[in-house]
Amino acid sequence: MLNDELRANISQLLTNTSFEEGGEWPTLTLGADELLPLALRLRDDDALFFNYLFCLTCIDWKTHLTMVYHLTSTKYRHSLVLKVKLDRDKPAVESLSFVWRTAEFHEREVYELFGVDFIHHPDLRLLILPDGWEGKNPLRKDFEDPINMIRL
Amino acid sequence: MFEEQGITPEGDLIVNVGPQHPATHGVLHLVITLNGETIKKVEPHLGYIHRSIEKMCESLSYRQFIYVTSRMDYLSAHINNHACALCVEKGLQVEVPPKAQVIRVLLDELTRIASHELWWGAMAMDIGAFTPFFHAFRERETINDIMEETCGARLTMNFMMPGGVMQDLHPNFQARVKSFIQQYKHKIGEYAELLTGNIIFKNRMKNVGVLSPEDAISYGCTGPTARGSGVSCDIRKLYPYEVYGQVDFDEILETGGDSLSRYMVRIREMQQSIRIIEQLIDGIPEGDFQAKTKAVLKLPKGEFYQRVETARGELGVYIVSEGGTTPYRIKFRSPGFSNLSVLDRIARGGKLGDLVAMMGTLDLVIPDIDR
Repeated sequence: MLNDELRANISQLLTNTSFEEGGEWPTLTLGADELLPLALRLRDDDALFFNYLFCLTCIDWKTHLTMVYHLTSTKYRHSLVLKVKLDRDKPAVESLSFVWRTAEFHEREVYELFGVDFIHHPDLRLLILPDGWEGKNPLRKDFEDPINMIRL
Repeated sequence: MFEEQGITPEGDLIVNVGPQHPATHGVLHLVITLNGETIKKVEPHLGYIHRSIEKMCESLSYRQFIYVTSRMDYLSAHINNHACALCVEKGLQVEVPPKAQVIRVLLDELTRIASHELWWGAMAMDIGAFTPFFHAFRERETINDIMEETCGARLTMNFMMPGGVMQDLHPNFQARVKSFIQQYKHKIGEYAELLTGNIIFKNRMKNVGVLSPEDAISYGCTGPTARGSGVSCDIRKLYPYEVYGQVDFDEILETGGDSLSRYMVRIREMQQSIRIIEQLIDGIPEGDFQAKTKAVLKLPKGEFYQRVETARGELGVYIVSEGGTTPYRIKFRSPGFSNLSVLDRIARGGKLGDLVAMMGTLDLVIPDIDR
């Protein structure tokens, strides 16, 4: 499906959608509570068929966090980007690990590096950081480590 | 640190493999729950070689950060650099000269052969065949020598840069690659005699670690791991970059989904890499090997995503730029990370002795997983 067609198709699924301008793929910003129902529809709808989550990450914007989900369809080869704004002090969003299994590992990574809480995640534990890690989340912008961080 | 040892209340045995274990080829730690010899659960513990490359890149300029990524998947160093260079070029909208494009693809394919060679030797050694290791390393050495002559290094070559490549090819490059290809063509037949056709080997690989196409997609598997299950996911075919759209090669698909299929995909991929090199080696265009770029690169505000096919699968580079000289955020979607996540799925119900065959054919490179 072409990007424009895809935009029109997804606009029908949601009441008030706002696509971001520019970018390689249609980019959609959602509320945290809209994410899971939309994800399920995107995967199960025969005309959309987004069955492959190829990138899941988070960005720290200092005022808030943004979750970014890159989706594609292995059948139609169209791609879509979903973004969810989260509160920086208490970030929480529904886990997508039951929709796309690859999210399980990627969410664990985001959980420890950004401190995002994934609701209903089957196994939300530290993955990369050592057990008993205390302190801030390393990929947040205000993280400082005077010994190990190299600045040029 | 880990409480996970001994026997669970259900009477299952917990075994720790790694972080220092020869079969994991790096510092990977697996906690395995066993019922007799049957695997009930495999739990990877990562982070023993985590350097937080993504954080490091946030304070490096667009010229500098590319070379940190050689240390991610060190067997595909060229291809990692290539992905980053392409992503920066996408942001700058720089046109890469044809000569640089061909050089990049040639080096990528040589890297792919070298990487698959190392995988082949190491995997055979895990299974219990020692000889293939020496055969594989003999060929790999030749490629490393060619790389050394042109790039000055053997493992972390750091040859790609935004706009092209660092310098021109060495005058010997063409002749040496051609002579390498001439002798190498016959080697894959030898490998078949040595290992692929071996009945003991086949019995150890067949129906071990079966991965269904649905699981492969859902778990985000890419590269030979997914193509062994019949999932078409070769980025070089689906989203061609550089001159991949103009060369003739096949995407290798096997439908078994087991360890033997994944093994066959890699063996046949080496032949396809040779095909690509043969088509390009005689027609390296004349001209510049670098586009003219500014000394200090600044990407416009926005987001850029570039994916390439490394020896292990799809590598995604996601740059978020605020318009400055350094990236605001970089994410590397590494193929190994997703491929490892499927290990628990395919190992459950299998035997402990087969775990090495499954891990071997997933082709895990630990620095690529930890980043």
